[in-house]
Amino acid sequence: MAINFKDGVILGADSRTTTGAYIANRVTDKLTQVHDTIWCCRSGSAADTQAVADIVHYHLGMYGITNDEPPTTQTAAAIFQELCYDNKDQLSAGMIIAGYDHRHGGQVYSIPLGGSLHKQSYAIGGSGSTYIYGYCDANWKEGMTEEEGINFVKGSLQEAIKWDGSSGGVIRMVVLTAKGAQRHLYLPDNGYTGPGTK
Amino acid sequence: MPGFDFSNHNRNAALHAQGVPLPKATSTGTTIVGCIYDGGVVIAADTRATSGPIVADKNCEKLHYISPHIWCAGAGTAADTEFTTALISSNLELHALSTGRKPRVVTVMTMLKQHLFRYQGHIGAYLVVAGCDPTGSHLFTVHAHGSTDKLPYVTMGSGSLAAMSVFETQWKSGMSRDEAVKLTSDAILAGIFNDLGSGSNVDVCVITQDKTTLMRNYITPNTREHKQRNYRFPRGTTAVLNQKIITRAEISKYVTVHEVEDVAAAAEKMDVDQ
Repeated sequence: MAINFKDGVILGADSRTTTGAYIANRVTDKLTQVHDTIWCCRSGSAADTQAVADIVHYHLGMYGITNDEPPTTQTAAAIFQELCYDNKDQLSAGMIIAGYDHRHGGQVYSIPLGGSLHKQSYAIGGSGSTYIYGYCDANWKEGMTEEEGINFVKGSLQEAIKWDGSSGGVIRMVVLTAKGAQRHLYLPDNGYTGPGTK
Repeated sequence: MPGFDFSNHNRNAALHAQGVPLPKATSTGTTIVGCIYDGGVVIAADTRATSGPIVADKNCEKLHYISPHIWCAGAGTAADTEFTTALISSNLELHALSTGRKPRVVTVMTMLKQHLFRYQGHIGAYLVVAGCDPTGSHLFTVHAHGSTDKLPYVTMGSGSLAAMSVFETQWKSGMSRDEAVKLTSDAILAGIFNDLGSGSNVDVCVITQDKTTLMRNYITPNTREHKQRNYRFPRGTTAVLNQKIITRAEISKYVTVHEVEDVAAAAEKMDVDQ
């Protein structure tokens, strides 16, 4: 999931990857950097989403060098959409793109399975998301502080992990503001209370 | 039309639907593991190759060379792991020659994942990539569909669950070389003894910045015992009913004899480029 807050955006995800009934990785990093302050949340096939994110990472790297200016979140989302829509028959990739640029501030885009592109104030996706539509709708507020935003994301993901068998492990977050990217980690050992910033 | 031609795949699927059995692929059951320690990385594998329920090879090699300081453990289809690692090893050497730099483990991982993703899982190679490069020690897993993971300890193959249970109970951070070798070989032993698809011996490869040590058959827990009794029949056990001696003079009664021209002379007559 990814949300907008007062000073930027927050991305959050659990860390479980499964192959059938087996947990192939319990500490996966599903929050992937595609540029300095443009990140994405990957859900669906690990192979497909990694391949798409790698290609976008390459394109944004080239864009940043050739235009001598960092790409906007919208540009990144448009490249993601093109790949996801053109190859929709071959892919099972649900992506959420969130980024901070100095022209538009924080933005959140969602690209579900068909390859459509939606700009949203917050976006949730993946198998666990169905369980937290109610929680998110009931607790969402425009213009939250960073602390409120972190608690909203953490509370939502805790519910998703609680109810969805395919979600679990640790909670990872990335906070994107004018100051850059900051990572957070919350472990199940202490009820997802810390250690916090890494 | 551009792109791949999958008509053979469709034909095979149709043939299979009509009851034609699929050819058997070798080595789907395997235990392979890897573990990072302070100062290097170690990978290990069992040595059983299977085709269906049959043990095809009791002492095969599943540790593949990529470059002097990068090695790969392979599970899945034996031919695919063999050829994929050989291909990437070859391309990596050309890449290292053209860049003039030492090859990196991430480069190998990226080349493998892009190759396997392109083939959409039809290349059944499940790999553990490990090595040391100027950026440090690294350990990855690469699945047949092209997804990758980066972890301090990994297991793959049908024995991965048995091996992972060893890592999850005994692994600790900041291990020494000897501790890491003991842990990885114990993980493989768990696969050998508890997984039907894995068996025979333990191969281990330890990679550090300075040197790579391949320990082939590091542990051999399944050596064949000598037979307790001798089952050879003593001479004369089979009764001789009759005996007939054919002399050299009589040989033409049993075979036809042809005169053959001199072999050396015949070779001289052949056309040879000057």
